[in-house]
Parts: sequence; C-alpha cells; structure tokens
Amino acid sequence: MTLSSELQNATPSKLSVQGVSKRFRSGGRTVHALDNVSLEIGEGEFVCLVGPSGCGKSTLLNIIAGLESADEGRVLTDGIAITGPGRDRMVMFQEAALFPWLDVLDNVLFGLALKPGLSRAERIEVAQFYLKLVGLEKFPKSYVHELSGGMKQRVALARSLAPNPRVLLMDEPFAALDALTREQLYGDLQRIWQEHRKTIVFVTHNVREAACLGDRVALFSPHPGRICGQFAIPLPRLRDINSVELARHATEVTAALKGSAAAPEEYAI
Amino acid sequence: MNRTLRVLLFFLLVVVGWEILFRLRIWSPVLVPSPLSVARYLGEAVMDGTLWDATLVTLRRLLLGYVFGIVLGLPLGLLTARFRVVSDTLGLVALGLQTLPSVCWVPLALLWFGQSEMAMFFVVVMGTLWSMIIATDNGVRNVPPIYARAARTMGSSGLHVWLKVMLPASLPFIVSGMKQGWAFAWRSLMAAEIYVTILSGFGLGNLLHYGRELNAMEQVIGIMLVIIVIGLLADKILFSPWEKFLHRRWGTEK
Repeated sequence: MTLSSELQNATPSKLSVQGVSKRFRSGGRTVHALDNVSLEIGEGEFVCLVGPSGCGKSTLLNIIAGLESADEGRVLTDGIAITGPGRDRMVMFQEAALFPWLDVLDNVLFGLALKPGLSRAERIEVAQFYLKLVGLEKFPKSYVHELSGGMKQRVALARSLAPNPRVLLMDEPFAALDALTREQLYGDLQRIWQEHRKTIVFVTHNVREAACLGDRVALFSPHPGRICGQFAIPLPRLRDINSVELARHATEVTAALKGSAAAPEEYAI
Repeated sequence: MNRTLRVLLFFLLVVVGWEILFRLRIWSPVLVPSPLSVARYLGEAVMDGTLWDATLVTLRRLLLGYVFGIVLGLPLGLLTARFRVVSDTLGLVALGLQTLPSVCWVPLALLWFGQSEMAMFFVVVMGTLWSMIIATDNGVRNVPPIYARAARTMGSSGLHVWLKVMLPASLPFIVSGMKQGWAFAWRSLMAAEIYVTILSGFGLGNLLHYGRELNAMEQVIGIMLVIIVIGLLADKILFSPWEKFLHRRWGTEK
C-alpha cells in the first residue's frame, strides 16, 4: 500500500441485504427488530433508511457494520458475506464517539494506525488530507471537548473516511446538531460524496434529511421491522434542504410513513 | 502573587497565635511547646541527619509497596471488569477487603512476617491493592460502550481495544483510585511504624512514637508537620499533574 494509492478513492462496494431477520429479548419479551428484510444497494449509491424509532433501521446498519449478527439471512459486500467489522465499512454514530484522550489528529489516526503498509509520516499526511476535506485542517491539536457538536461530527467523518472505506454507514450522525450546522453538513457531505464516491447507508428519522441526501429512501415500519416502501429521489446535486422540489418528495415519503404508522402493529412473539 | 501572599499571611497568623497561646501559659509548655522549640527540634533533626534518614526509610517503604500494589492492582482490575467469573470472586474479595481499614492489616502482618521490612511492605500493598482493583474495575465499567464499538469498526480488537481504548478511557477513575490507594497506604504505613519498631530502619512513624515515649512534644509536632508536608507534596507532585492533564483532555476543569 502506498500513499498515492491510499489517497485515491477506493472503489465503492455493492451491498446486498438478503432476508435478514433479527430478534432481541428484553424483559421476557421478544422484539422482532427486523423481519425478512432485503435490500440491494448499488456501488456508490446513497441510500437513506427512514422510519420511526424501533423500526430496526439502526439494527440493520449495525448488522451491515458487522457489530451485530443477523439471526437469519445475510449481508454481502461485493458478493462476500459479512462476518464482523471491517475497515471497508466505516461507521459514524449519532454521538461522535471521539476519544477524549486523543487530540483531533490522533483521533483521525486511530483507524489509520491499524492499516498496514504505511509509515507514520504517510499516515499523518493521509489524516491531514481528510481533516482538510472536512474543513478542520487548522485544528489538528485541539482536544475533543474544545470542538462544537458540528466540528466533532466533522472529525468523526474524517476519521471514518481516512482508512478509505468502500462503504460509509451513518447512524443519525446529525440528529443532535442545531439546524444551521446540520444544513452546512448536508452540503459538505454531498460535496465530499461526489468527490470521493462511497456507498453510503444513512439512517435517520428525519424525512426531509433523507430526501435531501439520498438517491433513494427506504422507508421502514416497526413491529416487526420491515421495509414498507422505497422512493427514488431523482433531484440534481447539490440539493438544498429548503427547496420546494425536495419538500414535495419529502411529503410523499411522510404520507407513506403516516400510512404505515396508522396500522395498529404492536405485538410480541 | 496575591494568592501566595495571602497564604503566607494566613500561616504567619497561625504561628503568631500559637506563640501567643504558648506565652499565656494556659497549658503546660510540655503539652504546648513554642513554635520556636519545634523549629529548633526540626533544625537539629535535619542537621544530625535523623530526619532525613527517617524520611528516606519511610518513603522507600511507601513507594515499594505502593508501586507493587498499583502494578498488581491495575491488571487485576481489568480482569474483574472483563470476566464475570473474576468479578464474582476476586472482585467481591477486593470490595470486602477495601472496606477493612488498612491499619487492621498490621497485627496480621506482624504475626506472619515478624518485625521485618516484609511486614511493612505487606501492609502498604494491602492499603493500595484493593482500592486500585476497584477503581480500575469501576473505570472500565464506566467507559461509554460507544468507544469500544467505534474502535471495533476501525479494525481494533482484543488486546488492542483494551490497551488503546478501555485503559485510556478509564484513566480518570484509575488516577482517583491511585490517589485513594496512596492515601490508604500512607495512613497504614504510619500506623505500622508507630505500632512497631523495626531494626532495619527508623521511619517517621518511629520518630513520632519515640517523641511520645520521651514526652518530647516538640518532636511529636515537628514530625507531624513533616508528615503533613510529605502528604501535600505527594499530592502536588504525583497527582496534580495527572489530574490537570485529565481535566484538560476531558474538558472537566472548572
């Protein structure tokens, strides 16, 4: 592995979710988090998973990440079944999950340090490249607590991008941010994704956010978690969250969401 | 500068008040010696080397046992946090023994090891070990699970997660455990030294003890002052830098 190959974007993966089911036991009750969910995601596609809380969208993301295993079914990346976490699939969480004992640069270096074949100097160069990409090149020595919520998520994004994954898994990464910061990050994420194409799976409960970011929106319904509809969002990039066009698409998804939520479905197995 | 001045002024007032009490002769000068006689004792003890020797003996005992207790307690605490079976067994023992005031180890240590350095070492280790195990265990259990998850997605696993994530993440707890261990060890060593004379070395506790035997109140007070100063210095030199570092990194400073 060389520095130049490292800075060149890795080819995005194709994801194939095939008949995935997952149950959790909690308090003597079984929660059917995912029920026979199948989903095909193309190379470099940006797919948003939307649904009310408890619909299993985060569970599916964790299964793709390899942090949890499916009870039934399987997930393939480029035809190979996922058995555990891997650097080809990086994850961004709602909390930035940055390490407070490391400064910004060392946080970005954490995942890189585990990648073989690079010298320390090369790793630092890669880390700085991604910090620049998220607009934080001036803060490599800052401590985590000195950053605003938005900056933390930018560092988390740089940290996820640095090992050059093929897939980026994002679990409500902007949910805890204020609206203004969020809008900035929508723009930045789209710009970065266009320049460094990854397959992105983005979990959110914010329909407008999903319509703004996704090529496609997969709508989940809860109890048991299923995909109850999919919507292509054929709008040009970069999209503005406040555009009327986008609002129309979002309304369409919201209507379907309300339809599915209206059905009385609360049962245990 | 203003703060230093204030502190100096305060202690000056304390000493002046003390001198006034001494001059009023409310109590016998045997019981309340003058600040000057305490200073004179300390000066003599420094000049003839007894104070220096005793301090070295005490600090050597303390550091040996303390370092050993930390080095042993840290991995044991990680094990109790990691494995249910270790937590149910060793963890319970640690919790129980930590509630035992470490002075209570002195009689047992004397019976087992006789009047030897080993007895001192044992007492200091017992003072340090249990609180270190419990603090480490507690620290690891308080690490947000998201840290380990995030690390795993970045390719970290097994020992790497423990060394690079769990251990640094629990540092705030570990340092406060080390501080508590130090306090316990220091107290129990003083008790042991007052309690028993060991021919291989006269520590500060021994000097304190002989001060009482000789009715030399200026020695008792002088040695107490030395013990207090050592405690303060340990706090400022050993723990303050760590705590400052942690507060700066974690953003918990006021």
